[in-house]
Amino acid sequence: MQPKPLNVLCLVSIGAHPTSGRARRAEQDARAVELGLRLAGEQVQVLHAGNAEEEALRAYLGMGLSELSVLQQPDGADALPVLFDYLKDSGAQLVLTGSQAETGEGSGMLPYLLAEQLGWPLVVGLAEVEKVENGVAQVLQALPRGQRRRLQVRLPFLASVDNAAPVARQSAFGPARRGTLWTDEVHVLDDDLLSNASFQPARPRPKRLKVIKAKTGAERMKAATAKAAGGGGQVLKDVSAQEGAEAIFKLLLEEGVIR
Amino acid sequence: MSDIIRRDPRAERIARNRLHPLHATVQRSETSWMGPNGIIRKNPHAVGFIGPNGTKRIDRSGAQQGGTAKRSTQAAAVQLPLHTVAAPSFYIVVVPDLVGGRLTTHDRDLLGLAHKLAGHQGAVLAVVFGEHKESSFDTAGVDRLLHLDGALYSGYAPEQQVQALTAIERQFRPRHWLLPDSRTGGGELGRRLAAQLGERPATRVWQVTDEHCIGRAGAGQQDLQRPLARVILAASECAEPVSESRHEALAVSLDTEVARCLPRIEDLGAVAVDPAATPMAEAEFILSGGNGVRDWDLFHRTAVALGATEGASRVAVDDGHMARNRQVGATGTWVTARVYLAVGISGAIQHLQGIGACDKVVAVNLDAGCDMIKRADLSVIGDSAAILAALIERMAAHRAGGNRDAA
Repeated sequence: MQPKPLNVLCLVSIGAHPTSGRARRAEQDARAVELGLRLAGEQVQVLHAGNAEEEALRAYLGMGLSELSVLQQPDGADALPVLFDYLKDSGAQLVLTGSQAETGEGSGMLPYLLAEQLGWPLVVGLAEVEKVENGVAQVLQALPRGQRRRLQVRLPFLASVDNAAPVARQSAFGPARRGTLWTDEVHVLDDDLLSNASFQPARPRPKRLKVIKAKTGAERMKAATAKAAGGGGQVLKDVSAQEGAEAIFKLLLEEGVIR
Repeated sequence: MSDIIRRDPRAERIARNRLHPLHATVQRSETSWMGPNGIIRKNPHAVGFIGPNGTKRIDRSGAQQGGTAKRSTQAAAVQLPLHTVAAPSFYIVVVPDLVGGRLTTHDRDLLGLAHKLAGHQGAVLAVVFGEHKESSFDTAGVDRLLHLDGALYSGYAPEQQVQALTAIERQFRPRHWLLPDSRTGGGELGRRLAAQLGERPATRVWQVTDEHCIGRAGAGQQDLQRPLARVILAASECAEPVSESRHEALAVSLDTEVARCLPRIEDLGAVAVDPAATPMAEAEFILSGGNGVRDWDLFHRTAVALGATEGASRVAVDDGHMARNRQVGATGTWVTARVYLAVGISGAIQHLQGIGACDKVVAVNLDAGCDMIKRADLSVIGDSAAILAALIERMAAHRAGGNRDAA
């Protein structure tokens, strides 16, 4: 018997190209959709809160979706309450999001706030869903430096994906045209962020200067000509290979790089 | 005592004047004496003195007195002034990442920012979860240290940590929460905390002025300037680290026991990943081989046994022992490993530049005078093949049955 597929819902947003700033599908959200497609196939639901007229939304449909729901909102509206209302009784078992939006504030708070309001657990940096059994999912979480951690979490849960998730498939033009966008009119709540904050074009960050706090000329000379020196390292001379290996092994174990 | 050589003109004057009553006291004795047979013996080695540039000088003018006594020139350890906050009027709480149990540069920047916000009235409270190996909390700028240890906080337990942080919120009422906006834990914990507290955090903050903070927004094309938030997730290099003062690092504790929350996410432990698949630039543990490695087959076996990512010096790559994309150094990859094990690498400056960001460097080499040994935290002088073979054996013993033959 074919197991019942997981009820997966992906939250998507409209991204901006890093160089040109042109609207596109958001990189991490597309990865979330890719993960959803691998988990649930065609049954994956995709949801966007924002402007349904935006052409870039069709890029998600081009990944092989037949439809996409949009909660119609103007720019600058708060997406959180409408998403909460929708998810509350959507019956979704797994909600996937990107880590942060590419436009607007991009604080990455949305999955956390949704999880807090829904009372669901949140898995940050989902890389892979290994198996789902009896309402418990075993997943892999992506850690920095290419490491993975295995977690067990009860359904339903929220998960954000980052760049460790599988790369999104290409968007095809034909399916993108053929797919349907379902629009829901929702109650609009304004976000109060812009009442006291302002956006500016990103300034290049000042490069940190190497400050040399030398009092005398000799110290300055020393600082300018010093080689990279750890100093004070322990040197083991005239020891047997076993003793040397033991010392190295002890350090590796202390640093926790040996598992 | 300063290192400046000072002359004593009075002593020089006395030394020149053979009729001065104190003349004998300022003369070097022991250069000539009466032997047992009544013959004057001279010690030619005692004549003269060591000049300032280290060569021997003989001054026959009779004024010879300076420089003979070797000055004690051990640099006194500089004691930084102690910054004390007896009764803090408010708290700034910092939750450092402590990757590998030590403060990262990001954490230090954050503590610097906390001090900027705390001024003289407030205290910087650092919250540390689980075991740590850090010994320099005082010079990093921690006024109060809250160490939460125990089985509850071991492993991946973000929900329990947030529970503890809300207990801190109730007890200390901090003016600001500062967390590193990093992937190593701070970014996640800070957002969980902000969601729990109902605060809107300022994220990816890179500049804090008196009233405002500026953080990157969106995909990094825009900055968001806003009034100073209560929860600040700061990017690295957000402020200068503390460097000119020492701090108390007084241990404080929570009045109430932290409620134990039922973990909804269960940690099943780390998963073995293929170390060869992790990009060199972000590998955590690198075994690197150079000209001193003769047996490359053994080297590869060691890398597999240790679970290390392989690297190489330029010479090893040029000789065809390793692929070009494995080269570490200025012309190859700049690595950021926490532990770098260099076998048979003498340490050309280009190579040392490439490993500048590494935390611990271990060197295995035959030459005790090479530059890599000076850089390394632990060096073993000896034949690399024998040591690698012994290391494989030790690992096998470790895998087989824990530390039963740990010396």
